[in-house]
Amino acid sequence: MTTLSREQLVDALTRGIKLAVTSLPQDVKDAIKQAYERESNPVAKKILSSIIDNFTLSEKDGIPMCQDTGTITWFVKVGKDFPLIRELESILQEATRKATKVVPIRPNAVDPLTGKNSGDNTGRFIPWINWEIVDGDDLEITVLPKGGGSEYTSQLRMVSPGLGIKGIKEAVLKTIFEAGGKPCPPIIVGIGIGGGADIAMKLGKIALLRPLTLRHQNPKVAQLEEELFNELNSLGIGPMGLGGDTTVLGVNIEYAHRHPATLPVGIVTQCWAARKATLKITPNGEITVLSHNIPNIFSIKLLGE
Amino acid sequence: MTEYHFKTPIKEEDIRKLHVEDVIYVSGTVITARDQAHRRAVQFHEEGKEIPVTFTGNVLYHCGPIVMKQDDSWSVVSAGPTTSTRMEYIEHKFIEYFRPRVIVGKGGMKEKTLEALSKYGAVYTIFPGGLGALAAKSIKRVVGVEWIDLGTPEALWILEVEEFGPLIVTMDTHRESIHKVIEKTTSENLNRILSKL
Repeated sequence: MTTLSREQLVDALTRGIKLAVTSLPQDVKDAIKQAYERESNPVAKKILSSIIDNFTLSEKDGIPMCQDTGTITWFVKVGKDFPLIRELESILQEATRKATKVVPIRPNAVDPLTGKNSGDNTGRFIPWINWEIVDGDDLEITVLPKGGGSEYTSQLRMVSPGLGIKGIKEAVLKTIFEAGGKPCPPIIVGIGIGGGADIAMKLGKIALLRPLTLRHQNPKVAQLEEELFNELNSLGIGPMGLGGDTTVLGVNIEYAHRHPATLPVGIVTQCWAARKATLKITPNGEITVLSHNIPNIFSIKLLGE
Repeated sequence: MTEYHFKTPIKEEDIRKLHVEDVIYVSGTVITARDQAHRRAVQFHEEGKEIPVTFTGNVLYHCGPIVMKQDDSWSVVSAGPTTSTRMEYIEHKFIEYFRPRVIVGKGGMKEKTLEALSKYGAVYTIFPGGLGALAAKSIKRVVGVEWIDLGTPEALWILEVEEFGPLIVTMDTHRESIHKVIEKTTSENLNRILSKL
């Protein structure tokens, strides 16, 4: 039995980044196509059809669909017996640096104090890695390259607990109204309810990892997702903020129990270019792409191949 | 919503015929400029210095592209728009001094720009955000680059384009702005929805 080498894993993850920035997951493509069919505003329809042209072209030609290839965040679910667990952090940094050159992706890691761009998408705490250590010897990993325009309009709101669900809805509606056309709608809204300030924001981002076709398993939360989906679309912001029926493609919510005195709501806005790729990797180097319908990650070619 | 296809240099009279919601496609010369290039160009003009490119009749694109240099030639990998409001404080001067006919960006601009568009005969258009691949495909050639000392996103990229679009006119020479209208209607919608919660 062969064992997965460091080089193989770096290579597969680099291709995973390329897959993410050049090809949208099927659920996002479907949601945009459905929005196009439904849309009654002619300007909005024109924008949605050009978005479909753009993601079709980027996938066919293997080029980033958007020039802002975002900040790289990794969501890691690693078995405690996965053979490369000890060097995984440096592997993720290496794959990020390599992808900057061979996809290529735009260097987006800037020192907040000096303004200096590191040039390779790595820096202090970046790429950010979310760790989850589980039983077993597999690695399940998601890369989320999220654009700056949509991160800019994300917000944490502290709601008075007495206002309950009404207060949560008000916080979300006001945030998306203020965001207007800035996060490149139609957007996906990830919402984290409860926990604490940091937990709510983190849950909002984790909510973005769930496919748009799946509602939350808690029926009360699923109902809130559906109601907010309809209410946000009736704001009329529309694609790129020029009006229309389609402001959001989906609303995904996660929640945690909260302190009696606080009700934090983390609202994470994600542009239509909702890019992510998920790979499952076994210790003997079998790699399955979970996020996209492609049989083999090595069918994704890098620059110069 | 009428569709137009223009070649640069674009005439002022053609621009004055346009209304909000019209869609245009442009072939010819597009020049990128964002925050720092705007500031430097306006400063040069006010000091009586020439800038190294001609915007008159051409397209000004708020964009910081992904570029690649192979051997000695540049190519554009992906080139979607950047947020235009960051240029609002200075755009009216830029229009007065350099007379671009079409401004391309995203997110819309405000009152001072709207006034300058009407006075000097230009339109502000949206190229939908994130369409970096589509934009790059319409770029046939990098004609040149100036002010590369500002860094690749901030430099002036002179691009030859073919059928660059869809560019949606959202601010016209008749002082109409889709952005103003949407701000009002979405605010009314918000209040209506909140009152029903």
